Amino acid sequence: MSSHAHGAHAAHAMEAPTGFIRKYIFSVDHKVIGIQYFLLALTAVLVGIVLSVLMRLHLVWPNMHLPFVPGGLMTQEQYLSLVTMHGTIMVFFVLTTAPQGGFGNYFLPIQIGAPDMAFPRLNMLSFWVTFLAFIAILAAFVVPGGAPISGWTGYTPLSGLGEVTGPGEGWGQTMWIISISLFCLASLLGALNFIATLIDMRAPGMSLFRMPLTCWGWFVTAILGLLAFGVLLAGGILLLLDRSAGTSFFIPAGLVVNDQIQNHSGGSPLLWQHLFWFFGHPEVYIAILPGMGVASHVLSTFARKPVFGYRAMAMAMCAIGFLGFMVWGHHMFVSGMSPYSGFAFSVLTMSIGVPSAIKTFNWLGTLWGGKIQFTTPMLFAIGFVSLFVSGGLSGLFLAQPAVDNLLHATYYVVAHFHLVMGVAAIFGIFAATYFWFPKMFGRMMNEPLGKVHFWFTFIGAYCIFMPMHWVGIAGGIRRYADASAVAYLQPLQPVHQFMSIAAFITAAAQILFLINFFWSLKSGPKASKNPWNATTLEWITDSPPPHDNFGGHFPSVYRGPYDFSVPGVKEDFVPQNLTPQEVARETE
Amino acid sequence: MRIRKSESGSAASAALLALLQVIMVVVTVYIFAAKLYSPPAPITDIGRAVDEQYSLTLWVTAVVFVLSQLGLAYAVWRFRDHGQRAHFSRGNNTMEFIWTTATIILFLGLGILGRRAWAEVRFTPPAADAVKVEVTENQFVFNFRYPGPDGKFGRLDPKQISASTGNPLGIDSNDPAGKDDIVVPTLTVPVNRQVELHVTSQDVIHNIFVRELRLQQDAVPGLVVPIHFTAEKIGQYEIVCTQLCGLGHSRMHSYLNVVSDADYEAFLKSGGQ
Repeated sequence: MSSHAHGAHAAHAMEAPTGFIRKYIFSVDHKVIGIQYFLLALTAVLVGIVLSVLMRLHLVWPNMHLPFVPGGLMTQEQYLSLVTMHGTIMVFFVLTTAPQGGFGNYFLPIQIGAPDMAFPRLNMLSFWVTFLAFIAILAAFVVPGGAPISGWTGYTPLSGLGEVTGPGEGWGQTMWIISISLFCLASLLGALNFIATLIDMRAPGMSLFRMPLTCWGWFVTAILGLLAFGVLLAGGILLLLDRSAGTSFFIPAGLVVNDQIQNHSGGSPLLWQHLFWFFGHPEVYIAILPGMGVASHVLSTFARKPVFGYRAMAMAMCAIGFLGFMVWGHHMFVSGMSPYSGFAFSVLTMSIGVPSAIKTFNWLGTLWGGKIQFTTPMLFAIGFVSLFVSGGLSGLFLAQPAVDNLLHATYYVVAHFHLVMGVAAIFGIFAATYFWFPKMFGRMMNEPLGKVHFWFTFIGAYCIFMPMHWVGIAGGIRRYADASAVAYLQPLQPVHQFMSIAAFITAAAQILFLINFFWSLKSGPKASKNPWNATTLEWITDSPPPHDNFGGHFPSVYRGPYDFSVPGVKEDFVPQNLTPQEVARETE
Repeated sequence: MRIRKSESGSAASAALLALLQVIMVVVTVYIFAAKLYSPPAPITDIGRAVDEQYSLTLWVTAVVFVLSQLGLAYAVWRFRDHGQRAHFSRGNNTMEFIWTTATIILFLGLGILGRRAWAEVRFTPPAADAVKVEVTENQFVFNFRYPGPDGKFGRLDPKQISASTGNPLGIDSNDPAGKDDIVVPTLTVPVNRQVELHVTSQDVIHNIFVRELRLQQDAVPGLVVPIHFTAEKIGQYEIVCTQLCGLGHSRMHSYLNVVSDADYEAFLKSGGQ
């Protein structure tokens, strides 16, 4: 293993590029590619937030003239296109891109002591295909007919018949499918690369159970990606064929739209749902597993304690990944699927609560007895735990098909997945950003500004998404452009107003993050090698790391990743590369 | 130097974070417990079974929610950095075993208990004498078809579908059984009698949802999905579509009228007036 890593290093060092384009644009350096993914996600999240603000404005002030909206007054189909694009951009280009493509790319090789990814050129290709996918999804806004209106789930036949089913279902839906398919392709390649790197390029002594939990998170995520993205890619291609080549994979016979018989026969709308959710549920874990890794990593560092139950934490991630592939049917309890499989999916889904609970208790165990330092990344990591618990528990309701008969497709579902895979994952991303910024850019971020950003975001997230459960329980239906047709939705409007105002404030508070990020890039105080007194390998090299990550001095690993406050050792942290002799010298 | 700095900031942050956690827990528990927002009372047996399962789940999740969120608040305050050295521990297998076993029993038990309500809705076949109504949805209307006095639904022919000429379902004009079929935009059913709905769609996927029944079902083109219920309270209830079906989705709306047997007979006699 070591000779492999060192051999790759030699080749890599010779390649150190000098030209601007090879260094910053078409770079094969995993660190540059990681930052490229991060900046792509940052752009995408700004678009996604603007879309959600427009939606929240329309929900409470439907007669308001809005910016970016052609015609000023938002129509029903424009609202639905915002719903679709917000979901698609956030799930794919933010929650999948930043934690895995961004931080995974940057830190997985460094944390395992490797000079780069296993396949650097493949890595570059993955990023640029993802970039193309992003351009394709943005293009959906400007093609004739506008953006699609079928939701991020793109259920057929709404998405399969073309513009006859509604505006945006022509070119817009086609661009959506092309974008998603490209994204799947890129993520497949990326997943292969992550797995190969982690298996083949670990430093001497870096056994699997000495890896930081972040690496476990990226590893399990990559396996999920490898198995899940291929399925959606296939689904996307079949859907494209249904739309353009006259096939009928997802469209049954005898459909009549606007009094016109559609020339299709033999397909099944439920087949699309199975393919989509076979990808779609693992996707939820693709979004959150890296965040779980980051939360464990950051909690341990700033509690100055080893992760409580490290092996249980790693195994729980594997269990979540494994079970994550057997629960997709819980999205389809009322779809017409067999009620018996509904029950099976229900029990499997409830069982995924077990490893999730194990993680939560171990996070509490990590904090218990610690010496908690409330840095900004620590605040976001604790916030992650809080939001994950709040958002996860509502899943126990939705996992039961009987209760789902009441809550399905209501705002309760929207509240659930926003807390648990949206906001919690975003908190994971923020924790990672504040934690690793000094390593990535060689400068510290501003702590007071970071904390203000945290307080606004933490309070804001709860003010937006906790009341959303109540709207859902009372029967508030998601993806409704207009509540006026249903009498029982009227009393819920004040709650919507509260959520909207909370959303505007929370969205505005993200400007603090942008200011902090870009100001610190230029003018933050210089960061030392190890500003947080942390233990893992990224902290033994320069900030930012040199081209081959370790300047030719590749580390060997002698201990687990979280040796904090080890009894008898003077310092309260022991880096992974310290030999037992070096530690003995430090002993009091 | 560095340690002193982190110490000074930690008390304020710890206090604020713990306080916010407590406030969040109190407000959340209060609003759920006081049922400030809840659906109207159910009008079916199944609906009550769903509500019971919902309440049971609420209890279980409330215990886990309160303990873990307040535990987090406590840990944040109690173990803030005030100059101490952290207590070294890599974990505790006994505790791992206890909470793993406890959650397996709690969560799987809840899932298995939840089977009862689900089985009542979906596993049991409808009674032979149930009132049969076909629910056919399209962008963006509900159509309800009753077989009429002959008790037989007429054959359907998609080529004859024409909403503009009053035949939205395409009832075959050559089939005598279809002559007396009643097609109406609202659902009228007799109280205390089992009703069997055959739900389908002509174009994209729709849904039929009535809060008071605690029942929803997607209307999928190419599939006819049977569901049944027995409404026990006379009244008018709103029917909505919960599956995104196109630009008019939020205007797709109808009513369920639960009426007395006499009113139901009158409804059928008048041809759905």
